[in-house]
Order: sequence, then structure tokens, then C-alpha cells
Amino acid sequence: MTDKKDENLALDGARPELKADPVARGILAHHGKIERNATLLLVLSLLVVTIGGIVEIAPLFYIESTIEKVEGMRPYSPLELAGRNIYLREGCYNCHSQMIRPFRDETERYGHYSLAAESMYDHPFQWGSKRTGPDLARVGGRYSDEWQVQHLTDPRSVVPESIMPSYGFLLNADLDMKDPAGHLAANRAVGVPYDDAMVENAAADLKAQVNPDGDTSGLLARYPKAVVANFDGNPQRLTEMDALVAYLQMLGTLVDFSVYDPQENQR
Amino acid sequence: MKYTTETMLVGLAAFLALLGAGFAADEPFRAHSYVLFVVLALATIVLMRRIDFSGDKMIPLRADGSQTGPRGGLAAQSQSAATASVAYMDDVVRYGVIATVFWGIVGFLVGVVIASQLAWPDLNIQPWFNFGRMRPLHTSAVVFAFGGNALIATSFYVVQRTCRARLWGGNLAWFVFWGYQLFIVMAATGYLLGITESREYAEPEWYVDLWLTVVWVAYLAVFLGTLVRRKEPHIYVANWFYLAFIVTIAMLHVVNNLSLPVSFLGAKSYSAFSGVQDALTQWWYGHNAVGFFLTAGFLGMMYYFVPKQANRPVYSYRLSIIHFWALIFLYIWAGPHHLHYTALPDWAQTLGMVFSIMLWMPSWGGMINGLMTLSGAWDKLRTDPVLRMMVISIAFYGMSTFEGPMMSIKSVNSLSHYTDWTIGHVHSGALGWVGMISFGAVYHLTPKLWGRERLYSLRLVNWHFWLATLGIVVYAAVMWVSGIMQGLMWREYGEDGYLVYSFAETVAAMHPYYVLRMLGGAMFLVGALIMAFNVYKTIRGDLRREVPMGTQTLQPAE
Amino acid sequence: MDFDYHTMRAFADSWMLLAMALFFLGVVGFVLRPGARRAADEAAAIPLKDD
Repeated sequence: MTDKKDENLALDGARPELKADPVARGILAHHGKIERNATLLLVLSLLVVTIGGIVEIAPLFYIESTIEKVEGMRPYSPLELAGRNIYLREGCYNCHSQMIRPFRDETERYGHYSLAAESMYDHPFQWGSKRTGPDLARVGGRYSDEWQVQHLTDPRSVVPESIMPSYGFLLNADLDMKDPAGHLAANRAVGVPYDDAMVENAAADLKAQVNPDGDTSGLLARYPKAVVANFDGNPQRLTEMDALVAYLQMLGTLVDFSVYDPQENQR
Repeated sequence: MKYTTETMLVGLAAFLALLGAGFAADEPFRAHSYVLFVVLALATIVLMRRIDFSGDKMIPLRADGSQTGPRGGLAAQSQSAATASVAYMDDVVRYGVIATVFWGIVGFLVGVVIASQLAWPDLNIQPWFNFGRMRPLHTSAVVFAFGGNALIATSFYVVQRTCRARLWGGNLAWFVFWGYQLFIVMAATGYLLGITESREYAEPEWYVDLWLTVVWVAYLAVFLGTLVRRKEPHIYVANWFYLAFIVTIAMLHVVNNLSLPVSFLGAKSYSAFSGVQDALTQWWYGHNAVGFFLTAGFLGMMYYFVPKQANRPVYSYRLSIIHFWALIFLYIWAGPHHLHYTALPDWAQTLGMVFSIMLWMPSWGGMINGLMTLSGAWDKLRTDPVLRMMVISIAFYGMSTFEGPMMSIKSVNSLSHYTDWTIGHVHSGALGWVGMISFGAVYHLTPKLWGRERLYSLRLVNWHFWLATLGIVVYAAVMWVSGIMQGLMWREYGEDGYLVYSFAETVAAMHPYYVLRMLGGAMFLVGALIMAFNVYKTIRGDLRREVPMGTQTLQPAE
Repeated sequence: MDFDYHTMRAFADSWMLLAMALFFLGVVGFVLRPGARRAADEAAAIPLKDD
């Protein structure tokens, strides 16, 4: 690894006074001369690029108090959160948005336009940027669990035009959420209002949501409207398919738009 | 050369990676730790083979010191050490050029694969090679691996030449290079294993982000250190753009990736922000990744390599300074145009739109400055396909910086958002501007860095030029049609007042365009393969005997 | 701190905007002042000097 000194080939075409300039051919011999300009340039550039961010983003952290919480919003149940993590892991956001814009065609196709409050517990947000597939902001309850499982396993068996990949492997993957309480605690640390009971019961709630025959009163008290079902049709196992379908089935179902008053909620 | 300390550190890191695998809190982290272990273990072996176990005090076998390489004689060693401290540090640039070509081909290849997956979904191989995991691999490979290596290599080259100073920090530049490659490998393998923060163009998880932060700070130190020790009184404007790119990316990267890991031995973390705030932070990052990574950095490249290749100074140096300040002023505000009509407050959307439209002016100022550099030397375009490559890249820059502001107008955006139009726009910028200016820089640098008279073949450069240009035109045109068509289909109402098309029908209508798009991408990939061959032959020192360009009658597709 | 959304916003679209515009005009004026031509020409020649 030796450094080769370049020959000044490109000087060939340069103007004569440049060629004659002795400095132009000089190569560093000693260093240490500290120039203020480099630092000044650094500081000024940084200042300029910081301003835009501060002015645009910082206010959003203060409007939080001015946006009313919409009735019905609650943190994700442990199973829904596990499903959401699978949604992230598989990169669903690459093709599916979760943000319905306030246009007639979108609200007719997908449902009421999305509210800021509906993603307030989303760390990170999943609004997406591309609709290779349809928007999923309100897909919850639109299809049966069986349809969802069939569609995820073999999309073209139910939607022939679909170009979605198959996710059949989720049926054979045991849900491996090592420390549900830890996941809830981490969310709580970044601002999701999980209370102590939710964190303590996380592991139990995770299992309770796929067991319709068990006692679900605690789960439903903590997470109103949580759908309890044996989502993947296999009562023996708690699979990743269970979690993902549980998440899909709750998307957009928390706010009751029959009683929602848009005037109250500035956007 | 001796690498004793480096080898021990890398070996120790490999051991720690193994421990990480052993004590991992979740399976993805375990798998990823094993990947890291294998990479570092291999690096250790490679480094160990380079250690000079003989030590300085050993008497060299051959007294004349004619042997070179790691086990060369004492005289050769001290001699190379002496030249190393006064000459430019170009080995790291040479590695950077090769890495740029390599990662470019990887990125384009994955792009062609995922384009094929959209046309023929049966090409998805679950779970590792499904589209959802492959797409971040494509974007990161092109933006960060190809673009990032091009930027690091050229910035190291340009800052040394325009400051007439050796890179500051000794082997720190090597740390930047190899550390960055490690970041790429960890990011790429992470996506396939399902380790992602799901933030577009910032998908790597918290521990990979931390590593990149370390590497980036070292990069800033090398660059700034070289600027400070310069022998030239002026800081040439290319370095302004490079510096703004490095500093801004550092800031964006740190803020956007703030997140809390569930366990310090686990892969999963939760973003510090949620909902609206998270969305705006992400697109503030996302748009400025475009503005500062894919624009400012590559403008630095333009302001050095175009004057070099044309062998005349930039058209207006003063315009370039105004260009610089206007660009970094305006870009940082434009992020919200990615969130038009969403739940983001209206004032932020409008602000983003206004600044995006204003951006058109400095962007075109820069374009004019770049193009006019050739005034009086336009004839060179006929004989120099490398210069032609740079010029077309500036043309594509002008085109996409016109298209971008237009798409940021809310009413246009209501149609274009969520469709392929955006994808086409990104690619005319990324393939046309970023890709072509990088190819131009690679072609300019290769003969210089390896001390060759010229490139192996200019005619192959010409082939590359036409394949790439046609590929981009096909790609962009097809995406315009498919994007606008799908956007219109989504909102089409029939006489009866109902939506005409189901979503699935609009997907089916995309098929022919997705096939054509794949073909456009494949042409671009073939062009890049030709470049790799040309670069390989040039490095070997071969010269193709060919009729010089421009001596025959004009044959456009030659 | 009395530092809410409305004061931030009012500040953003008044004084901050003015300050930034003035800074930018200052840059433009400084760059285009007659004496800057020579320095600019010198700087523009930097890439062609060395290799």
C-alpha cells in the first residue's frame, strides 16, 4: 500500500500562467496552520440548515396539547403490537399507506380520512409513501380472519390481480416476543400511556387475545374493542400469523366516526 | 506495513460480536451478530496475513531493498513511509472507486430484481427475498453504498487536490472507508433478516445507526482537518458543498434515528417520536437526504469534475457561491411536501410547498453554471463521451429539479402522491443526475489514479452513455404514464356516481409498464457492467486499439 | 418558558424570515461586490492548478 504521486497530466491543457505557478505544484510539507474560515463555514452552514428544522418540526411538539385526544384511541394490545412489529419487519409500508387523504374518492374507497390523533401511539408512524397495494388505515374488520390468512398465504388465490408476495411462512413461525413487558415499557418510555397493569399483564394479555374460550375480561378492560379470536385457525400454536392478523383487524377501528365531530378537532 | 493494533482491535470486536450472538435478547439480533462475527473474523484473518512479524529490527534478506510489499526490506519501508507523508493519500480513493463500481452494480441488480418482482410476483422468495425486505436493500445499496462511496472517494480526492494537502488524520481515512463498508454490510444483511426501523432511507436499526454516527464523525474530522491544513488560501466551492453535505447528514441522521431499544442486546427499538411528529421528522430527514446527500454532495462533484474534464474554470464562481447558500437555505424547509393532504397541519404543508417551488431557482442556477462551463468548448462533447456523461447528468439534474417543485404543488401532488410518478421522478434524479455524474467521475479518476495514459476504451464509455441514457428515458417515461394513469383511475367516477375501478383492476393495468420499467432498469445495469469491465481493463493497464471518437460521421447509437 | 406553538410560529414567519432574507441578501451583495471578482477568478482556477 504505497501512495503514488500523480503526474500532472491535466496541467497539460491549463493556461501558461497556471503552469508557471510554483505553488500550483507544491505539495504539502508541513501543516498546522489553522484557518478560521473552514470552521466559520462549518458553523454557518450548520446554523442555516438547523433553522428550517427547528421552525417546522419544533412547533409540532407543542401543538400536541392543542390537538384534542379523539375518543376511543388507546395503546396497542401486546398481540397487536407484536403484529405491528411483523408488519414493519416485512416492509409492508413499502407498498401500503396508512393515511387516507380528505378526497371524495379516497374516503369512499377506504373510509373516513385519517386523523392526526389516530397515529399518536405509533412509534414509528406508518403513513407510507406509495400505494402499490391499497391503503390499510381502515382495513380492520373489512375481511374475515380466514380471508386475511388465506390472502397472506396465497394472495392470488383470493385476488387474482394481486402482485403481493406470499407470507405463508408466518403460519409456521411461532410468535417470538421474548419480553412483552419490555416492549410495552420501552413504548411507555417514549410516551405511550401504558399503565403498570398493562405492563405487568403483558405476557398474559398476549396469550389471552388468541383464546376466545378463556377469561378475556382483564384484556378487554385494558384494551377496549380488542378483537379476541383464534386468528390463524390453529388453536394449538400462537404464530406470527395470529399477531399480524390481529393487528390488521384493529386498524382504523378505534375511533367511532358515527359520533365523531370534526369541528372539535382542528387539523 | 504493520497492522498489529488494528488487527487486535478487529479481533476483539469479532469476539464481542460472538458474545453478542451468545447473549442476544432476540433471534434477529443473534443472527445479525453472527453475520458481524463472520465479517470481522474474515477481516481479522486478512489483516493478520499482512502483519509484518519480522519487526523493524530484523535484518532484511536482501540488502538492496528491491523487494516491495508487506515483507519488503527496511530501506524500501522507510522510503515508502517518507513518500507517504508528503504525497496525496490516494490508495483510499482507489479503493473507493472500486467500491463505487461494485456497489453500483449490486444496487442496480437488486433494482432490476425487485422491478421484476412487481411484474411477476412469483419471483418473491419468502421470507428473505420478499419485495418488502428487498426494496430497502435496493434503495440503501444505491443511495448509501453506491452514492455514499462515490461521495467519500471523490470528496477525499477533491479536498486534497483543491487544498493541496494530504488527508488529515493518517489512517483515519481508512477507518472511514472500511467502517462505512461495514455499515453497508450490516444494513443490507439486516434488511434481509427483517431488522428494520421502517423509516424510509433510514431503515437500519439503532446499533447500526450508532456505528454510522462514529464513522461519520471520523469522516467529518478527516475532511475538516484537511481543509484546515490546506496550502491554498481559498476554500474551493466544491468543498463547501461537500462540507455542507457531511455536516447536515450528521445532524439529520442523529435526530431522525433517535429511538429507544427494548434491550441493549436486542435488535428492536421504538422511535422517540410518534405519529405526526414522527412523520415530519422522517420526511425532514428523507427530503434532505435527497437535498444534501444526493444533491449537495454531488454538486460538489460537479463543481470539480466538470471544470476538470472540460479543462476550463467554472462559468461563474460567484454564481456558485450564491447557488450554495440559496440551496442549503431552501432545501431544509422542503420536507413537508411529502405529506400533502395528510394529517400534518396545513401551515407546514404550505411552507413546504412554497420553499420547494423557490428551490427551482437555485437548482437551475446551478444547472446553468454547470452547463455554461462548457461554453466555447462544446465541440469536446463530440470527442469526449466522459464529458458528455457529465453534461447529460446536469441536464437530468435540471429536469428533475423542475419536476420536483412542480410535484410539490398541492394540486399536482394530490394526483402524483402514492403513485409511480414519484418513483419515476426519483429515478430520473438518482439514475440521471447522481448515477451519471458519478460514472463521469469514475471515468475521470480511473486513469489518473492508476497512472494510465487514458481509459481502456472511450467507445465502451459511449456504449455505456447511450445504454444508460436510453434506460433512464424508458424508465422515467413509463413511470409517468403508469403513475398518472393509476392516479386518474383511482379517482375516476362513472355516470352512476360510483368509482369506476376497483383497486385490483388498477394494479392489473400496471403490468405492461412494470415489464417495460424492468427493461429500462436492465439497460442501465448493462451499461454499468460495461463500465466495470472498462474500469477493470484500465486498472490492468490495457489500452484498446480503436478509432478515436468523433473522427467518423456521427453515429448516435455506436 | 413561555414558548408555545403560536409564539414559535409568529416568530418563524416574521423576524426569523426577515433575518434569513437579510443574511441571504448580504451574501449575494458580498459575493457580487466589484472587488470580489478577482478573488472569485482565483478560486475558480484552483481545480486546474494541481492534479
